[in-house]
Amino acid sequence: MGLFSGRKTVHVDSDILVIGGGMAGCGATYESRYWGRDLKIVCVEKANIERSGAVAQGLYAINCYMGMQWDENQPEDHVRYARNDLMGLVREDLGYDIARHVDSTVHKFEEWGLPIMKDPETGQYLREGKWQIMIHGESYKPIVAEAARKAATKVYNRIMVTHLLMDKTKPNRGAGAVGFNVRTGDFYVFRAKAVIVGAGGASHIFKPRSAGEGMGRTWYAPWSSASAYALPIQVGAKMMQMENRIVLTRFKDGYGPVGAYFLHLKTYTENAYGDEYESKWYENTKELVGDYIDRHPVPTCLRNHAILEEIKAGRGPIRMVTKEAFKDPHLETVGWENFLGMTIGQAVVWASQNIDPKHTNPELTTSEPYVMGSHATCSGAWASGPEDCAPADYQWGYNRMMTVDGLFGAGDTIGGTAHKFSSGSFAEGRIAAKAAVNYVNDLGSDQPRVSEQEYQDLEKVVFQPMENYRVGRNEIVAGTVSPSYLLPIQGLQRLEKIMDEYVGGISSHYTTNEPLLTRGLELLGMLKEDMAHIGAEDLHQLQRTWELQHRVLASESVAHHTMFRKETRWPGYYYRGDHMKLDDDDWHCFTLSQYDQESGKWELEKAPVHHIID
Amino acid sequence: MPTFVYMTRCDGCGECVDICPSDIMHIDKTYRRAYNIEPNFCWECYSCVKACPQHAIDVRGYAEFAPMGHSVRVLREEEKHTISWKIKFRNGQEKNFVSPIRTTEWGSIKSPSDYEAPSPDALKAQELAHEPESLHIDALPTLPVQKN
Repeated sequence: MGLFSGRKTVHVDSDILVIGGGMAGCGATYESRYWGRDLKIVCVEKANIERSGAVAQGLYAINCYMGMQWDENQPEDHVRYARNDLMGLVREDLGYDIARHVDSTVHKFEEWGLPIMKDPETGQYLREGKWQIMIHGESYKPIVAEAARKAATKVYNRIMVTHLLMDKTKPNRGAGAVGFNVRTGDFYVFRAKAVIVGAGGASHIFKPRSAGEGMGRTWYAPWSSASAYALPIQVGAKMMQMENRIVLTRFKDGYGPVGAYFLHLKTYTENAYGDEYESKWYENTKELVGDYIDRHPVPTCLRNHAILEEIKAGRGPIRMVTKEAFKDPHLETVGWENFLGMTIGQAVVWASQNIDPKHTNPELTTSEPYVMGSHATCSGAWASGPEDCAPADYQWGYNRMMTVDGLFGAGDTIGGTAHKFSSGSFAEGRIAAKAAVNYVNDLGSDQPRVSEQEYQDLEKVVFQPMENYRVGRNEIVAGTVSPSYLLPIQGLQRLEKIMDEYVGGISSHYTTNEPLLTRGLELLGMLKEDMAHIGAEDLHQLQRTWELQHRVLASESVAHHTMFRKETRWPGYYYRGDHMKLDDDDWHCFTLSQYDQESGKWELEKAPVHHIID
Repeated sequence: MPTFVYMTRCDGCGECVDICPSDIMHIDKTYRRAYNIEPNFCWECYSCVKACPQHAIDVRGYAEFAPMGHSVRVLREEEKHTISWKIKFRNGQEKNFVSPIRTTEWGSIKSPSDYEAPSPDALKAQELAHEPESLHIDALPTLPVQKN
């Protein structure tokens, strides 16, 4: 038995299992309890829900709030906005559904104690932009976590979920999940009637601009390890728009946010010589995307495109003109508190480099690509829509249920719903949870059962990297080079290099083509084989191993989707060098994929985009 | 480094280990004090800095792009409901900021179980918990039923 002898297997049974205790997971946990008073509701999180997920550090704005009570915006307006920003392709039914529920979510946050700034004259929430409201959100996550803890039967912190479990009595039905405690090493078997995946999107699948000590300062949290995608992909759930990665224009090195600067402080960008540059690229962009360049606001990817072209033309860096706005002491305070509230690292960079935006216009940069589902991008699982307004072919079960029965999702996990951000992710968690309660109630005695053989086999797979290390380590004197195993960081760096060079990362100016993708997929295939030989020195490295496993599988999905879509839909996010133009005749559609775990094969197909809002 | 721990202040209590979202604050077995085991997986989120009862944790900007001689210090006072920041530039310039962090008492959020139980009909409707009241409008918006 060796390594396996001292480990306990802990069984946790629940009605609803929520995987991931970030914004979506906390929303799902809260709402599950409201509708399922007698249900056993378990939330499992790989860190500590008090400070986990993308909002761990706090936020200075809530970027999705309609303001229906003041007639500021209607849900339809938000659908039009997200659709425009994503170059026409969003799930309008899902987006509408979030938009109509997001105000009640934000009102609860305020009631719970989140300080929301008010306009002193009107008493209304202080707007940063049309959709954004400003908050003092340092404790946004602790407040939301408190609500989730009050609701859950139990929250399990520090458990990394590695795989979902399937029902042994019925095909294509979820039955729970397995994982391990990163402190004790105990193996956990979660059996559940319904599972809601609220895990994180993907940072660190493309090589970051900072590859040394600064590699942790990615735009999206380094702990967002693509579990949102890998968990459903492994069990054959259909995914959508995985090619739709996002590149962010941000302050250089710290990736500090620019939203408040553009919208509230009214700062603007210029090239190295003090010139406006966006309009110069109008004709160039129109050539690529046609009249999408004439839409308002200009889609995020197209604004990136102008920056990239201007830099390639030799007129970088692009700078944010802050000197004027920062003369106003109030705006200066907003500018700094904006960072301290959500990207403290940017304040550290500016302090270290003596950048005072009152005197220096700071540099901007475009980030490495990320894959996620809640910002100006919408990769994720293909989910059933709301019963009252989803088109028939977007509806096959309960709201936010994936193509696997009993498997629900929210937040980064669910595709097609760009611009939901923190509040929309929490609202989507609530939507998924209410549907999951209905699902559990309707199951009656027809309950899923897990196979003992299945989870025992998974236990061996989960802990194998520690065995690999234990055995392989004896072969070598010392150091990190082994002929028998790879360390997780070594595997991660290989992944990031492949994705960067072949799938459209920073080193190729976000450009790829079919030959590059073909070669990239071959190399990813070899990396996938090598993943059986990862060596984990301890439980922390075992967590890094499983994060890497999830990243690799999600990356493979991204590469296949990028290959499938033979057009450049989002210039500024990525370019298909062999299909440089947007092609609405053939590609005004969603791309869907399904993975077969047994054969390792991916099936791709198109799905129609239904425009249900004018 | 991002975060690092001062030897003379840390008492090894483990609050940072408990809170770190990246699982990189661990206790050194020899010194029985905390340290950052993986600086390149640190987001500089300051969760551990804020949680440390001894104020033993600080941040030195990423060596890759941050020149030395700066500091960004924080004091999070739950009982006062405030967070205070002191930014010190490499050239000695200082900036100070204080913000509120919560308007209600810690622990005061009501469990969803403390609200009146919803009816079975409500479970089948589109309204979520506390709706439509918490929308602050008369009714949940709906679209015409879609046919395709």
